[in-house]
Amino acid sequence: MDTLTGNTRVTQSPDVTSTPVELSKRTTRLTARDVTVHYGSKQALHGISIDIPDRAVTSFIGPSGCGKSTFLRCINRMNDTIEGAKVGGTIKLDGEDIYDPSLDVVELRARIGMVFQKPNPFPKSIYDNVAYGPRIHGLARSRAEMDEIVHSSLRKAGLWQEVKDRLAEPGTGLSGGQQQRLCIARAIAVSPEVILMDEPCSALDPIATAIIEELIDELRENYTIVIVTHSMQQAARVSQKTAFFHLGNLVEEGNTSDIFTNPRNKQTQDYITGRIG
Amino acid sequence: MNSLIIAALLLVLLGLAYQTGWARGGALATATGTKVHSRPQYHASYVAVWTLVPALIVLLLWAVFGGGITLNFIREQIPADVLAGLDANGLNALVARIHALASGYGVVGEIQPYEAAAGNALRSFQFITFLGVVAAAAVAGLGAMLYARSRITARHRARNAVERVIGFVLFACSAIAILTTAGIVASLLTEAIKFFTFINPLDFFFGTVWAPNNAATGGDYGKYGLLPLLMGTLMITVIAMCVAVPVGLMAAIYLSQYAPRQLRAVAKPIIEILAGIPTIVFGFFALVTVGPFLRDIGAAVGLNINATSALTAGVVMGIMIIPFVSSLSDDILNQVPRTLRDGAYGLGATQSETIRSVLLPAALPGIVGAFLLAVSRAVGETMIVVLAAGNSPVLRGSIFEPVATITVSIVNQLTGDTDFAGPQSLVGFALGLTLFVITLGLNIFALYIVRRFREQYE
Amino acid sequence: MTDVTASRPLSERTQLIRKNLRRRHMSETIFRALGLLAIIVALGFVALLFADILRKGVPAFTQSNLHLTATFDPEIIDVGPPPGRIAGQSEAEFRAASLKWQREVAMLNWNKVVEASLRALAPAGYEIAAKDLLTIPETDARHRLREMFVADPSLLGQTVKVDVLASANADNWIKGNIDRSLPDSQQQLKAPARALIDQFVSNGTISMGFAWSLLTNVDSRAAPASSGLLGALVGSLYMMLIVIVLAVPIGVAAAIYLEEFAPKSRLTDFIEVNINNLAAVPSIVFGLLGAAVFINYMHLPISAPLVGGLVLTLMTLPTIIIATRGALLGVSPALRQAALGMGASKTQMVFHHVLPVTFPSILTATIIGVAHALGETAPLLLIGMKAFVASVPATPLDQATALPVQIYLWQGNENRNFFESHTAAAIMVLLVLMIALNGIAIFLRSRLERRA
Repeated sequence: MDTLTGNTRVTQSPDVTSTPVELSKRTTRLTARDVTVHYGSKQALHGISIDIPDRAVTSFIGPSGCGKSTFLRCINRMNDTIEGAKVGGTIKLDGEDIYDPSLDVVELRARIGMVFQKPNPFPKSIYDNVAYGPRIHGLARSRAEMDEIVHSSLRKAGLWQEVKDRLAEPGTGLSGGQQQRLCIARAIAVSPEVILMDEPCSALDPIATAIIEELIDELRENYTIVIVTHSMQQAARVSQKTAFFHLGNLVEEGNTSDIFTNPRNKQTQDYITGRIG
Repeated sequence: MNSLIIAALLLVLLGLAYQTGWARGGALATATGTKVHSRPQYHASYVAVWTLVPALIVLLLWAVFGGGITLNFIREQIPADVLAGLDANGLNALVARIHALASGYGVVGEIQPYEAAAGNALRSFQFITFLGVVAAAAVAGLGAMLYARSRITARHRARNAVERVIGFVLFACSAIAILTTAGIVASLLTEAIKFFTFINPLDFFFGTVWAPNNAATGGDYGKYGLLPLLMGTLMITVIAMCVAVPVGLMAAIYLSQYAPRQLRAVAKPIIEILAGIPTIVFGFFALVTVGPFLRDIGAAVGLNINATSALTAGVVMGIMIIPFVSSLSDDILNQVPRTLRDGAYGLGATQSETIRSVLLPAALPGIVGAFLLAVSRAVGETMIVVLAAGNSPVLRGSIFEPVATITVSIVNQLTGDTDFAGPQSLVGFALGLTLFVITLGLNIFALYIVRRFREQYE
Repeated sequence: MTDVTASRPLSERTQLIRKNLRRRHMSETIFRALGLLAIIVALGFVALLFADILRKGVPAFTQSNLHLTATFDPEIIDVGPPPGRIAGQSEAEFRAASLKWQREVAMLNWNKVVEASLRALAPAGYEIAAKDLLTIPETDARHRLREMFVADPSLLGQTVKVDVLASANADNWIKGNIDRSLPDSQQQLKAPARALIDQFVSNGTISMGFAWSLLTNVDSRAAPASSGLLGALVGSLYMMLIVIVLAVPIGVAAAIYLEEFAPKSRLTDFIEVNINNLAAVPSIVFGLLGAAVFINYMHLPISAPLVGGLVLTLMTLPTIIIATRGALLGVSPALRQAALGMGASKTQMVFHHVLPVTFPSILTATIIGVAHALGETAPLLLIGMKAFVASVPATPLDQATALPVQIYLWQGNENRNFFESHTAAAIMVLLVLMIALNGIAIFLRSRLERRA
């Protein structure tokens, strides 16, 4: 149970009922309007429009290949790195179009961080992994400031207790769950406003998953979080807003509790009851 | 003529055996009606192998021992008093004359009666022994064939037997690789050891003067210090790597990370053309174009650059190695998982930051391995250096002066001369051994690193 | 604990990032430009190399021909009629008599015939020494005339038109390979000869034609203009045949054994390491092996394509083995299991199912390996193929040279002005052969893969 107590504080198990949030009171950080994605001649997304609330967890669910990850990667323009991908429509962060040619994608990604499906620590020390973002962006003015950023990021990611004595060891030597928390710490270290998580627990065992879910719940106090997940239970546990994707369409979106207890759409119902997926 | 007859014999035996086996195997299948283990072609092959191997053994025995037996026969034909008056060389010459007489070619000079008699005797001896050998081979083959035929039954596992033979042949083929290495090591070692009986190994490995006395027949052999050659090799290799590594690595990075697909499709094969061009062509290019060009450049900026120099050879060798570095680096960069790159992009790194701080460190072991392979290639490269380095085995530090390398000196000391009697030619093997050890060390180390790297991402 | 980044206002963080952006994008641009530069440099080298070879080599494919009108003057050709077959004469006696007559013919001063025909072409009374006049045609012109006469003795007293090659020096002068402004003392040809050549060119006595001699003649030292690649081509051909006959079956068999049959043991591990290392052993070491084992120990003939072929075979084997193994490794396990599942033995599976699928890859690898062997020079120098050979080898056991070695020999020739372009032309021939081989490999591969 070391891994569990390693966290700074033990909160009550996160589930829908324990975290009632009035989404309507939240401001909207991200607005997407009529977003389409083409890979070559193949259309992967058909006109997605959604609002993403501030300081809450929004989850994208849906069967494999439904476009949820593709949409997630539009939000910090990761699709730019894929040859032949074309994005249409608008996505605005605080009212600013992120696909505006005058906008710098480097700066955008510093504001919108990302955590990936498979833990992908760099082949560097734990310290350097976390310090990577602040270093490239020039966020720390001194060595001491950098130490501070690294330490606090590791604390926020709930990894500090486990790694504080071995910051110089390679990040690739950690366990899968630890690696993923290291990646979260790495993303936090840049102080992004939004954190995108692409199935962050799909490569982890249940215990590691539970720890990450708890972490996500904590992080929502300071960050806007968007998570793509395969698991409906996970969406129900960690998110306040849920969007259901199917075949490149956004089928339904709303408060997580509403989606899971009272879906308006037949397809959504079929999916959450396990008939499609 | 003789080899034709033997080939014909073997072919006849083969056909006969295959036919026998086939007929027998086929008959089993039709007559008994029981389940036959192997199909007729396997029975046929089985008999064929059984037939050919003994016949080949007989022929092989004759090939090995026949020469000695014939020689003995010839010696017996030579009168004792003539034989007593001959040294080894004289005897060889006489035997060669008798062989020539026996085969009907003319010989120079007067033919002694005993020579003519010996020639005639040898002719009939050769005829009879040849017939005897052919007959023995045929009998051995046929006997084995009858034996093999008698073993064919419905339950006989002919296929398994044939497959065992095939397996053995396949194994023998791969063992040739070991034999080659063994041959290289053995020949280099024995000749090098012979060299070290003339020259003290310390004088060779640590000598600073390379001045073989190629004309001398005894006594003063000259000096055989390796260091000037090693220095030349080192200089040229370093220059080559200075050209090949930046260009090759950056080309690989650009092609694998930046270039649009069309450019990649065109540029990659064109660069790889360089790898297929024979080194003699690069040598010519260095000699007639690059060397004079560098000399003129040097003259323009007030440097005295020789047209044939370490610089010329090194630059051109670097060009030759570019595709080697770039394609190995390309492979290795492509093996770094995409997720790592995504991780850096996701943090807001620019593409070059991602490449420099994530991709290259991750690929570093593999790239180092690739560089070591390239170094080993540069060290062993011969023709460019022979043509363009100027062949001046003097220990000095300037890259603008002519140098000599290990490979050049091997060529100089060994071309055309196969009388490995003096240190003048034997030194080629000592140099070869040095070269072999250096490149082998580099290769083993490089392959080890590359393998470790691959395992890391598998 | 203080939270540095969070405690700082957001705008400050953004400003920090923005402050560095220009510099970072600049370094991105520089890095990218460096990459592009590397590509341009590498492609530039390829272009430069080919342009240089073409520029130097193409002129050698045209050669100056001298159109003579030679008279077989009975006064110069002072020789009796060739001996006829006398009744009762044996074959050997007749042959001896004809040989004697041919020797007599050879002893005649054929240069006089050449000289006379050249004087006839020059303006009347043109002053030039016979020695200098004879520097215009290549030295084999007299052999041409003699051979014509031996073949047809009835030419005696007749006048025939005959084309001979201009000498290498004359060729240089015509093509401008030698600086025309050089003083007399540095010119290879004397002034009257040079002027006469210019006249010949302007009146059409000398004209340029395709240099067939480059492909149909053997190497020659006495008559450089007539030296050709035929001997080297045949030598290389023999060696390639030996490589194909030996390296391909052995290499493929070894690869099959290692990939399909070999038990995982120390021995097979050792063989593997061995092959990987052999592939990287410098070619010159194979030359040393050939010199020590094939020539010194086994006493195989020196300078023979047989030995060269054997050395190149050993050198090519690892390449073919590695490539074949790669191809075998790529065959899907499903195919293997399907074959085994149908009751095929392992041998049957490999030879009936796996091998045919990998055939295109093996073929390609083989051709590329053979092309590589074709261009190899260094090991051949060590087994004595550096010798000057002025004949076409009749068998792989005869003395011969190879195409790359011929290039090596020609680049060292003293007549630099002539042989530089001659060498470049030989390189072009070699490169064309290699490109053709590679082209065939690519063509066959796409053909076979499409069918499969």
